[in-house]
Amino acid sequence: MPVKVRVDDVGKSFASDDGALHVLDRISFEVADGETVAIVGPSGCGKSTLLNIIAGFDRPDRGTVSIDGVAQCKPSSRGILISQQGSVFPWLTVQQNLMFGLNGQAHGDKRELADHYAAMVGLKGFETRYPHELSGGMLKRAELARALVVKPEILYMDEPFSALDALLHLRMRNELLRILEKERHTVLLITHDVEEAIHVANRVIVLSARPTTIQATFDVPFAHPRKLSSAPVQELRAAILRELGVDSYSS
Amino acid sequence: MILARRVLPSVVVIALIVGAWWAVVAASGSVVFPSPWQVVTGTLELVRDGSLWEHIGASLFRVGTGFLLAVLVAVPLGLWMGWVKGAYFTLNPLFQMLRPISPIAWIPIAILWFGVGNLSPIFLIFLSSVFPMIVQTTAGVHTIEQRYLRAAANFGVSRQALFRQVVIPAVLPQIIVGMRIGLGVAWLVVVAAEMIALRSGLGYLIIDSRNAGNRYDLVIAGMIIIGLIGLLLDGLMRMLEGLKVVRWRYAR
Repeated sequence: MPVKVRVDDVGKSFASDDGALHVLDRISFEVADGETVAIVGPSGCGKSTLLNIIAGFDRPDRGTVSIDGVAQCKPSSRGILISQQGSVFPWLTVQQNLMFGLNGQAHGDKRELADHYAAMVGLKGFETRYPHELSGGMLKRAELARALVVKPEILYMDEPFSALDALLHLRMRNELLRILEKERHTVLLITHDVEEAIHVANRVIVLSARPTTIQATFDVPFAHPRKLSSAPVQELRAAILRELGVDSYSS
Repeated sequence: MILARRVLPSVVVIALIVGAWWAVVAASGSVVFPSPWQVVTGTLELVRDGSLWEHIGASLFRVGTGFLLAVLVAVPLGLWMGWVKGAYFTLNPLFQMLRPISPIAWIPIAILWFGVGNLSPIFLIFLSSVFPMIVQTTAGVHTIEQRYLRAAANFGVSRQALFRQVVIPAVLPQIIVGMRIGLGVAWLVVVAAEMIALRSGLGYLIIDSRNAGNRYDLVIAGMIIIGLIGLLLDGLMRMLEGLKVVRWRYAR
């Protein structure tokens, strides 16, 4: 598989009251085309900063990010960011939201495509609803559909389902896996949830506390659908948690 | 029943005030200050000779024109100042300084520039409502949540699409709030503005009734009508808040 995303020696500091806050320190890794990579790490370690840099919303102080070998300089619809907060426009209907990013097509084609993706995430019948008329889970589905409809090569997901309750969280994960099986995307998933990382990703990158470096990388060699309660999966989970400084057996 | 519980107390209070007013006038035997009944008959007099509609029409015309001009100036200007930092730094201090000057202070200048026709009150009403609307619109642009602008940037839409589909709808609720404030102030100012108007308007009615033979029944009738129309105008602006494109802001 060719390299899709190359992160090379990326560093980032922020000015703070007591001097510079060194957030990211020499981070390098590659993501192959079609791969799903999860990035886990302690809170405040700069996971979101890293993803923002990779997606082109922020610039690194040092190092480079390249997509398909071309330096990343600004965000584009080739890679869509889905954040925990969500950014479905509250003044547009579900359908209008889905049509928002579609350019250069006839209006009817846009609407057809929007409705197709709305149905795909289970929002059939809600196309003309406004976001404030939807539940939290449906809002996430709309957000996902709006990203998918522009056929992005990369999905940048920053704790996408963290605000949902546990049951809904699991359901959305399954939904995402089902979609990724159908539509090929390269995925970069930021999460603090090790189980989520193992459930979804081919590879898990563990970040250290600040200044953040890559502490370990784990392959997730299990075929989908993954049985999360199986012994090898649980062993991997324990190993990742140990890297994060948590002994999963003691609690 | 809920409606009755909500409306009844305010009706009772108004009835009590009118009752007390009546009692005091009757007890004091005042010949100048009118009883509520005299206000009613005075109002009917104005209705019968048709002058009431003329005054209301004149006031609404001036407020409508001045307010509309203010909207046409304030909304584009506010959007521009909100979006372009340089425009904000350049114009905001000026507007912040002009804003606290009461429109009444402008009366001499209005007469000097526009004489005593319709233009002077329209100018004053324009001045009174344009600044609050500029401020609201600018603030509206400044408070657009970053996540929406980022999403728009992510989808790589054109500048026009960004303005049409993100900035304007995001600010629209604030614009409507500004319009509601602006129209409220405009109506508030109409009486003062019409002190320099000739021969028509509710403000003119009040001043003229006092000057032409102490007709305090008509003074009070004018005041009550101004109050009622103000209530109506505010209700109208509230209906704008119920529009589908802005309801998201007021829901939740």
